[in-house]
Amino acid sequence: MPVWLNILIDSIAFGATFMFGSTGEIITEKSGHLNLGIPGIMCMGGAGGCLMLNLIGTSKMPGFMIVMLGIIASFASAALMGLIYSFLTITLRCNQNVTGLTLTTFGTGLMMTLMAKATQTKYLNIPKKYFRFPFADRTDSLQKLGVMFFLVIAIIVLAWFVLNKTKVGLNLKAVGENPSTADTAGINVIRYKYLATTIGAGISGLGGLYYIVDYSASGEAYKSLEAFGWLSIALVIFALWRPLRTIAGSVLFGILFSFSSYITLIPFIETTLKTKPILQMLPYVVTIIILIVSSIKNKKENQPPSSLGLSYFREDR
Amino acid sequence: MKLNSEKNHEPLVHLTRRAYMSPWKAIGIRGVAIVASLIVSGIVALILIEKLNANPGRIFDFYKCFIDGSFSTEGMTWKFFKNLAILLCISLAVTPAFRMKFWNIGAEGQVLMGMLGAIAVAKTCSSLPNWLVLILMLIAAVLCGIVWAGIPAIFKAFFNTNETLFTLMMNYVATYFVSYMLLVWVPSGNAMGIVNQETKIGWLPTVIHNYFLIIVAVLILTGILFVYLNYTKHGYEISVVGESNNTARYIGINVKKVILRTMILSGALCGLTGFLMAAGLDHSITSTSVNGQGFTAIMVSWLAYFNPLTMIATSGLIVFLDMGGSKISEVFDVRGALPNIIIGIILFFIIGCEFFIRYKINFRKKEVVDKSSKPEPVPVPQEEVKEENQTDEDEMPSAEQPAEETEQKEDN
Repeated sequence: MPVWLNILIDSIAFGATFMFGSTGEIITEKSGHLNLGIPGIMCMGGAGGCLMLNLIGTSKMPGFMIVMLGIIASFASAALMGLIYSFLTITLRCNQNVTGLTLTTFGTGLMMTLMAKATQTKYLNIPKKYFRFPFADRTDSLQKLGVMFFLVIAIIVLAWFVLNKTKVGLNLKAVGENPSTADTAGINVIRYKYLATTIGAGISGLGGLYYIVDYSASGEAYKSLEAFGWLSIALVIFALWRPLRTIAGSVLFGILFSFSSYITLIPFIETTLKTKPILQMLPYVVTIIILIVSSIKNKKENQPPSSLGLSYFREDR
Repeated sequence: MKLNSEKNHEPLVHLTRRAYMSPWKAIGIRGVAIVASLIVSGIVALILIEKLNANPGRIFDFYKCFIDGSFSTEGMTWKFFKNLAILLCISLAVTPAFRMKFWNIGAEGQVLMGMLGAIAVAKTCSSLPNWLVLILMLIAAVLCGIVWAGIPAIFKAFFNTNETLFTLMMNYVATYFVSYMLLVWVPSGNAMGIVNQETKIGWLPTVIHNYFLIIVAVLILTGILFVYLNYTKHGYEISVVGESNNTARYIGINVKKVILRTMILSGALCGLTGFLMAAGLDHSITSTSVNGQGFTAIMVSWLAYFNPLTMIATSGLIVFLDMGGSKISEVFDVRGALPNIIIGIILFFIIGCEFFIRYKINFRKKEVVDKSSKPEPVPVPQEEVKEENQTDEDEMPSAEQPAEETEQKEDN
């Protein structure tokens, strides 16, 4: 495999982490809730999945069962975090930003403590092969395109379909744009908000598991998850709240990220130690530039859901 | 309110906004929430901490650690107040912007840049007299903070760029910029040592205690900011812009100017914090020197409803929990980040209990409804200034008006 293709595939695989995170956040935001707890949720998704794998990873279960149970545990623990957020912001109508930030503090703290109890040889070494299913025996970066990578592509396409082509999706968008109008039209606003935030959180959480077990497959991986959660939130704006665009955005982010580690492989480019931080800065600078450009263009259809961040109380006029 | 008691037409639970709650009752509710959260964190600790698992009787030690964490020795108490002061200072810095509903979550980067500016001056000007170096450090730190906050502010003011993400990204840029500068200063990649350890140039003088000057400075700053936000024209303009851009424009406030001015103030205060940390505490810098306090400050500011005086209490609470959590990790030998879990749980409860202060829950039962609705029979939507953008355009009881939804969504 030529070097450039190797880098590209690695970037795509890396991007899948963000795809999970931002698809979940898009679904959440479509219901009018800005969930800044995504970093914590992704951490807990990772921790939940890994703890399950810690239990069953060395057992004699068939491979696909291990993968399934890992994914379910990851989704469930992330959805539970989403449920805490939903209860606080939807039922108790708390401020979404503070709740989200608290959730991030809580989630990262809990993950650090839980992961300290898990043993790498149990949750990583054997399950890794099952998670990287079709290409597990390859030695190049293709091995990283495992089961969960195809899962996220399926989720994105499904999310696009549901949001744009079904009544449920249109109702959800109505809730996010103007909950009182949606309420008047007979849509159960509270139920839509709960489902969207919880399912969205669950999907985001899978990103944590993917990153730890499949993409990086190292015992230290969980320590850098939080930063990727923040980037996933940034990607939502980058993708203009459209699921399909997260693929492009995530791959771009992935390329920018792997740039700093792969640049030494590219011939004719001399690098020193000093250039590394500058290269690592790149994804963030590019995000800023894209933010600015998209705000200067300021198109009507590229705006966030208009009730994003506001809590809905039926009796407020 | 008097519904005929036809069956099943009235929902079981019915919420109304409270007009008023006596401060004592509000404090009582918060107290109950804190007690409940302590119980829950105790249960979580019982599950998570192995040494407690094996020996549940030590649960009282668990609670005792909270107090020991901050107040067991004199040194600890000083450290508690120092941590409080630094967190309070960052919270003060983000507050003016928050009052304007400018969600600056970039305090982390702004403080870090302030530190970088101060350290850079201390490193390069070590031959000048100490007082001059300190002044130069202060200026450099404040300027760095202003630049880091000003860039997002300019784009917000002129192009309405989303400031939350912009400031968040600026944090990372700052982190890597500091890593880069560290590699320039120490090309081997090792940690940077203490600056001017022998000469103590660029160190704040020690009065009474190492931390004393910082604590006093932050206290004075709290007072100044309280007056600035509540009793000056600038403070008023900030509040109006926060409530509604259109109202502000209507009464002749230059919104762009207010955004820029407030963010410059916010950045300058962040820079000042950076200066205090660099000159008074660390005398050195790493890319993680601020250690997430920029994010914690957001919660501090919010929990206090953006009131600088209340922030003393809220930052105290968070520092108390944080130091208590560290002590627990030490005593019970927990790996990971226990303080974050405890802070998270307790904040969930504190955030959640605001609901019971702001809303009243009416059950279907008749007596309850009767008793509470006697003084004011119809709960007219009250003028809650906090979240509504009700300005004094019309004071009429809004029962006559049909739903006006469009009014609510003008920002974004």
